[in-house]
Amino acid sequence: MSENGIGKAVKRREDKRFITGKGKYTDDVRMENQAYAAFVRSPHAHARVTGVDSAEAMAQEGVIAVLTGPELVGDGIGNIITGWAITSKDGTPMKVGAWSALATDTVRYVGDAVAVVIAESRQAARNAAEMVDVAYDELPAVARGDRALQPGAPTLHDCAPDNMIFDWEIGDEAATDAALASAATVVELELVNNRLAPNPMEPRSAVAIFDEAEDHYTLYTTSQNPHVARLVLSAFYQVAPEHKLRVIAPDVGGGFGSKIYIYPEEIVCLWASMKTGRSVKWTSDRNEAFMTDAHGRDHVTKAKMGFDAEGHILGFKVDTIANLGAYCSLFATATPTYLYATLLSGQYNMPAIYGNVKAAYTNTVPVDAYRGAGRPEATYLVERMMTTAARQMGVDETELRRKNFIQSFPHQTPVIMCYDAGDFSGNLDKAMAAADVAGFAARKAEAAARGKLRGLGYSSYIEACGIAPSKAVGSLGAGVGLWESAEVRVNPVGTIEILTGSHSHGQGHETTFAQIVAERFDLPIDSISIVHGDTDKVQFGMGTYGSRSGAVGMSAIVKAMDKVEAKVKKIAAHQLEAAEDDIVIEGGQVKVAGTDRALGWHEVGLAAYTAHNLPEGMEPGLKETAFYDPANFTFPAGTYICEVEVDPDTGVTEIVQFTAADDFGTIINPMIVEGQVHGGVAQGIGQALLEQVVYDDDGQLLTGSYMDYCMPRADDVPFYTIEHNMTVCPGNPLGMKGCGEAGAIGTPPAVINAITDAIGTNDLSMPATPLKVWQAIQATRAPMAAE
Amino acid sequence: MTQVTLTVNGKAVRRDVPDTMLLVEFLREELRLTGTHVGCDTSQCGACVVHLDGKAVKSCTTLAAQASGGTVTTIEGLANGSLHPMQKAFNDNHGLQCGFCTPGMIMSGVDMVARYKAAGKELTEHAIREELEGNICRCTGYHNIVKSIQQAAGEM
Repeated sequence: MSENGIGKAVKRREDKRFITGKGKYTDDVRMENQAYAAFVRSPHAHARVTGVDSAEAMAQEGVIAVLTGPELVGDGIGNIITGWAITSKDGTPMKVGAWSALATDTVRYVGDAVAVVIAESRQAARNAAEMVDVAYDELPAVARGDRALQPGAPTLHDCAPDNMIFDWEIGDEAATDAALASAATVVELELVNNRLAPNPMEPRSAVAIFDEAEDHYTLYTTSQNPHVARLVLSAFYQVAPEHKLRVIAPDVGGGFGSKIYIYPEEIVCLWASMKTGRSVKWTSDRNEAFMTDAHGRDHVTKAKMGFDAEGHILGFKVDTIANLGAYCSLFATATPTYLYATLLSGQYNMPAIYGNVKAAYTNTVPVDAYRGAGRPEATYLVERMMTTAARQMGVDETELRRKNFIQSFPHQTPVIMCYDAGDFSGNLDKAMAAADVAGFAARKAEAAARGKLRGLGYSSYIEACGIAPSKAVGSLGAGVGLWESAEVRVNPVGTIEILTGSHSHGQGHETTFAQIVAERFDLPIDSISIVHGDTDKVQFGMGTYGSRSGAVGMSAIVKAMDKVEAKVKKIAAHQLEAAEDDIVIEGGQVKVAGTDRALGWHEVGLAAYTAHNLPEGMEPGLKETAFYDPANFTFPAGTYICEVEVDPDTGVTEIVQFTAADDFGTIINPMIVEGQVHGGVAQGIGQALLEQVVYDDDGQLLTGSYMDYCMPRADDVPFYTIEHNMTVCPGNPLGMKGCGEAGAIGTPPAVINAITDAIGTNDLSMPATPLKVWQAIQATRAPMAAE
Repeated sequence: MTQVTLTVNGKAVRRDVPDTMLLVEFLREELRLTGTHVGCDTSQCGACVVHLDGKAVKSCTTLAAQASGGTVTTIEGLANGSLHPMQKAFNDNHGLQCGFCTPGMIMSGVDMVARYKAAGKELTEHAIREELEGNICRCTGYHNIVKSIQQAAGEM
């Protein structure tokens, strides 16, 4: 079949524009009558806004307008919504506090927008924003989720006086308590999953264009899901009806979840464009990104796991407090519930599980889905638990994992998910072989001779991807369906355009999506183009997140290709006077199998459009659409092994070897899949060793730039060893599971388990900075005799 | 206002611009060369790296006026008829995903290889990783960026 088909490491077709500086990102867009927005942001974590004096700002040269929250609300712009309804265990609905794109009377985090300045230049807008005089009455603030739920903590929203958004549960508490009571060994763990800033390298940006004559808006924006953005902007924020609003997400410089959401700035730019009659551009700087892009993680968890005398898991009980920040962001409430606690079974047979998640408002930027979204938090907990348990019981941790691995499929866990396929022992075997675990003892001894502490850490992760089917997620509270769409257009000359509702912001869809078409119709890949990211061009689609563009997005393309193929065969059978079943498509031809009778692929395309000789009753044209809704989530899984060397004198950790063995099901392009793993692993290493968003007790953000927030650099990471195992996913036509988030999910516990192995303690938190590691080493040593 | 005279990608340009205008703003806004990007405010991310008089500089931390009289090469000026070996290496090795940091990575890579060659030093994997201290990528985990620079170093 096609040399650029499924399984081939086809070089990326989109690269040329990026490596020559011709990419077109939102900030590269410039309109003729463009003005610039700068936001006036709260310097306080919590305050009443008692007045906004914009006179001085308005008097500055080049200032066009200063707009405030009351004007926005007065124009009917709606509050920002959250898209997943969670019900507390007592049956009450979650408590959602009002979030206006510009604050009206209260600010609830540092960076909360109060007003916007529109000016002729970016510099004029920013200078004038400094001159807007906002009067604040400061209020007490709380930044930590656990503290926000304590009695007496300052209240953020009147609807939630105790700051509790929901107190949710999953699983069977009585059965889990009974299992723990009967256990031979109970292992307890308290963990913090550190708060992270997603940090795509391209800051968010928006260019809003209001066409008064047509009463029509266009928004260029850094979005992972332009149709969802249009829907929300239209249906909830009331900016414009959907048919009067075009959203274009051009080249987008990374997302990692943070560009799913529709933020205040995009809403305000659209509204300001209408108010001023000018195109309005806003581009975040990095400091604003730290202050306003949704953060990730931020869990505090206490957990107990019970084992019988042979080491079989009996029960797992988990209590988590999730800090969701000052407002409920779009998918914030789903992340610590249905994307987290449904994965608490990990790769293991667990007869009883109970999870309780309390979500708290705090005076911090909203927290939402960031690469992995709930699944890294579950994996970190389960995999640190397994390693800790093995150490506590004095057994080999790989044997403890094997003993408890789920072996037969489908497997229904006690927490909703039904795993459809997997080979967990095979993943572990591949990882152990590639990591040369057999040679570790010798490497450890050699390191010890150099005064270094060498450790090996494991993580056997599983995730649920695709975030579908729609009916299932709807029953769990999702406000949207999570299918995907595709249109396959065969042109009269036989070239093909694929219009996909998925969005590529680094994933390489222009290559991989074309590969499955090249494979199916056996055509040169150059005759296929991928169209995405523009609501005027593409039918409604749900966008890219949750590792869903392969398993769901490509499946939609397959379904549309099925329809195209059927029509092509009908046309060919008619013209070649053969039976449809005898028609085959190969080598650029549509043939009668076993004969020399054939039409060129392009001849069939032309025939469909000339319509001179089609089967009786057939419509002209060759263009088919499909909306694909999968039957189940997909379950990528794997084992990661991290090998570290710790310098006991400095606490510095070096990752000397990192091995990932993943089962992603069918792989379309191994080069791109491995690239996804590399990037995810680096983000996982970042979480484990380097990254943490820090707020002080008053809610001031202390990590507002790359001077304070430590991003992984090239010399923090090694070359990674990537292995693939493959069990085909039975839930979609290509057998794909998804690969985008695995690295970020599987890596952190592998790194921490390796360091704790090296230094001989389980007591270590992320990020494992040299200071923390050094202190942990000191704590393991005998205390100095008192003077 | 200040008059800035530059040779950019082989063409002479002259503009009167505010004293405070950064070189990256001059390139992006005055010349509409938007391949050079801004990814941070503190000169750490390196998305803005260009060559000024043959040396890599961060154009977000250079005033246009400071550069006046100089010769600038941006990502748009690197290919000379055909792709530069560094550009080709990034495509060959999947050294980019979202593409936003890529112009800076490529310009830093070219500079790095040239400096090591001039000094007669071997550009080892370790050296590449250390040299990339001033360039942040969030997508690739650096694996294929290092491979790309290794390949180009052998071809330049």
